[in-house]
Amino acid sequence: MTHHDIVIIGGGPAGLSAAAAARKAGIEDILILERDGVLGGILNQCIHNGFGLHTFKEELTGPEYAARYIAMVEEEKIPYKLNTIVADISKDREVTYINKEEGLVTIKAGAVILAMGCRERPRGALNTPGYRPAGIYSAGTAQRLMNIEGYCVGKEVVILGSGDIGLIMARRMTLEGAKVKVVAELMPYSGGLKRNIVQCLDDYGIPLKLSHTIINIEGKERLTGITLAEVDENRNPIPGTEEHYSCDTLLLSVGLIPENELSKGAGVSMNRVTSGPNVDDCLETEVEGIYACGNVLHVHDLVDFVSQEAALAGENAAAYVKNGKAEGKGHKVPLLAENGVRYTVPQVLNIDTMKDTVTVRFRVADVYKDQYISVYYDDKLISKKKKKVLAPGEMEQVVLKKSSFADYPEIGRIKICTEVE
Amino acid sequence: MSGLQYDVTIIGGGVTGAAVARELSRYQLKTCLVERAEDVCSGTSKANSAIVHAGYDAANGSVKARMNVEGNRMMGQLSEDLDFAFRRNGSLVLCFSEEDRPALNALYERGVANGVPDLKIISGDEVRAMEPNVTEEVVAALYAPTGGIVCPFGLTIALAENACDNGVEFRFLTEVTDIKKIEGGYELAVKGKEPITTRFVVNAAGVYADVFHNMVCDDKIKIIPRKGDYCLLDQEAGKHVDKTIFQLPGKYGKGILVAPTIHGNLLIGPTATDIEDKEGTYTTAAELAEATKKSAVSVKNIPYRQVITSFSGLRAHETSDEFIVGESADGFYDAAGIESPGLSSAPAIGVYLAELIAEKAGAEKKDDFIATRKGIPHVSAMSREERAALIKERPDYGTIVCRCENVSEGEIVDSIRRTLGARSLDGIKRRVRQGMGRCQAGFCTPRTMEILSRETGIPMEQICKNQPGSEMITGEA
Repeated sequence: MTHHDIVIIGGGPAGLSAAAAARKAGIEDILILERDGVLGGILNQCIHNGFGLHTFKEELTGPEYAARYIAMVEEEKIPYKLNTIVADISKDREVTYINKEEGLVTIKAGAVILAMGCRERPRGALNTPGYRPAGIYSAGTAQRLMNIEGYCVGKEVVILGSGDIGLIMARRMTLEGAKVKVVAELMPYSGGLKRNIVQCLDDYGIPLKLSHTIINIEGKERLTGITLAEVDENRNPIPGTEEHYSCDTLLLSVGLIPENELSKGAGVSMNRVTSGPNVDDCLETEVEGIYACGNVLHVHDLVDFVSQEAALAGENAAAYVKNGKAEGKGHKVPLLAENGVRYTVPQVLNIDTMKDTVTVRFRVADVYKDQYISVYYDDKLISKKKKKVLAPGEMEQVVLKKSSFADYPEIGRIKICTEVE
Repeated sequence: MSGLQYDVTIIGGGVTGAAVARELSRYQLKTCLVERAEDVCSGTSKANSAIVHAGYDAANGSVKARMNVEGNRMMGQLSEDLDFAFRRNGSLVLCFSEEDRPALNALYERGVANGVPDLKIISGDEVRAMEPNVTEEVVAALYAPTGGIVCPFGLTIALAENACDNGVEFRFLTEVTDIKKIEGGYELAVKGKEPITTRFVVNAAGVYADVFHNMVCDDKIKIIPRKGDYCLLDQEAGKHVDKTIFQLPGKYGKGILVAPTIHGNLLIGPTATDIEDKEGTYTTAAELAEATKKSAVSVKNIPYRQVITSFSGLRAHETSDEFIVGESADGFYDAAGIESPGLSSAPAIGVYLAELIAEKAGAEKKDDFIATRKGIPHVSAMSREERAALIKERPDYGTIVCRCENVSEGEIVDSIRRTLGARSLDGIKRRVRQGMGRCQAGFCTPRTMEILSRETGIPMEQICKNQPGSEMITGEA
């Protein structure tokens, strides 16, 4: 069986950044496995700009952002296989992949980095009643057909869900000559970034209807219309608020789900809130030598943070390959998300082996105004930061310093929460 | 052949029409099957419980009972001959109170009288030992080991392909609008196309069977579309139950069932609502909620969050509550009112009608009938060695297009190239399960459209989900 020091599953932004970082950390023998015919992942279809402000201090399009990382991988001559789908990862890091040229191959990895990204929630998951005609697309599928394959998916469009891809596609389809009639969002707040609402809806006069959902889908062959209704606080449609829209296209932007079939197969423990693996501050899963980063770990808003996170996974996987596991060493402290904080990544922090700083990322459960984000070590308040607005659509972070634990050697838990005062 | 185009013309490419076609193809008859849609299995046959019923439901002595028990008996051998997915997982009819025991006993007695083998009434505890997720309220159940689950697409497509390989002509996008008696047979008017002349007609038109019957026969029938909504859950939930879990039948059918599908999903449904619209395959919020609510009576802890799709099917319910199978006018054969257990009964109906027609036509059996058919290889189900060997021979089996169901490009290509190959996305989906998984074709749609266009020469703009009018894209960007 062929051996590679690090095998990276996925050649999108996370996988590329992890590869570049692992090479920088001195690992020669790296292999990226990518199921598509090109590297870059979902960025290739994100032809709008707004990428890279944090990483490169300039505004790039998705393909441009990807190209920078692809160039790093090419310059470093990091090997990759395209059109190669991973069928299985075992607990002891045997990776089985399939492609046309080699058929079915199993390789052994010193460390595995999971970087498979996420997928879109389909209509079926919403159980929206009505017919099942053509013309209903998840926003990302429509984006691919439009930006990669070069086809228009429709002329009169309704968008359900205000996730970022839906917002981006509202603008994209408008620019392509389609009429986007409305974006409806079930929740009383948008799931997308504020800047996308301004730049993709407001600038084009596209209405966003919060607390609305689709209660009927019409059209036997191709979509002919939908019925929209307002929902109450329990998200049930309010009778009498029904509005009919004729349309030939319905785009869904109703959530992204980390794609963890392989992770589960490897026996990695999963987090119910993120739908990604539970990881420690090294981004190592509970299976030794298997790391996770990017949207397979938790869904991000900005690719810049994916790149950062993945670089960390790459460095840590490299350190593991070189030095092995510091068996049982160190004091591991669970991170608890409470009171308005839905989850944290990482979920566990090793205060002895951690780097000087660890960034903890999380999302809040609702829209909060003028609230604090507080960090507690056990019951002791450590930091408190006031935020004008907190929203589920915007990922938040706190940075924990290693030095801050010096006074808390016996700490049992770290709590991150929102507070009014 | 008296100048007529065909000996037999079958109207309808559902499971019944396909079964009749396959059985007729044993004989020296010129047979044609006309189907309104672009593919077989496009109506009720694609949207049902996918159950092979044991046969205890229908009244003793009824055609339904006879065809059901016989169809069930045939299904095992047929699945081997024609290579479609079928498993006898067994079925349980749950009884929730001591008061209902007489009804359960009656069901048992009826089953025995219908000739259903190995029926047994078991206690609530025995049920829960068999199916740990069955609710505590269950006091007893009727256990039928011969009950099964089948791939309804696989069954219908296999029958049709085998019929086609044996000489039956299939005409798709062919909608019969009128039937006229002519000298020696019938003339079928076809929307936008030349009429078809035929000696015999088989009416297997599902919810439209009353329309065709009433064009020809004096005694009128009425078929009411009885709508049933279903929810399909992710394969992660597929092992929640192993057997098909029914509730004691009520006035509107068999109640809500909870069953594994042959491909490992979990199916909940159907509701039963009589509607007027023969095209009314829409789901409603009320019915989906009803299916969910009633399923929880039988089975606890169903992970409803894992619903991946919902759909609706129309049972062709005839007001007499019986299958109408036989010669209803001279040379005009009905397979009408084929509601549940129609899928289970189709093989038997096929044999029965084919024998009747062959006898009337004085047709002999062919010497060169091909009795078996091989399905499309399913690479993800293969052993490592088999799979490796296959990819070596055909590298496109090594490119996975649908990641949820692990469907390779090779399988999609096969589904298009083979006998009665797919011409629409739904056609591909029903043959190889591309897009059937948890992402519901979000990932593989663009790639599958490309392959379909490349293999058939259909321009991308004309690639349809199913029938014309269901085009996927509206033009170039």
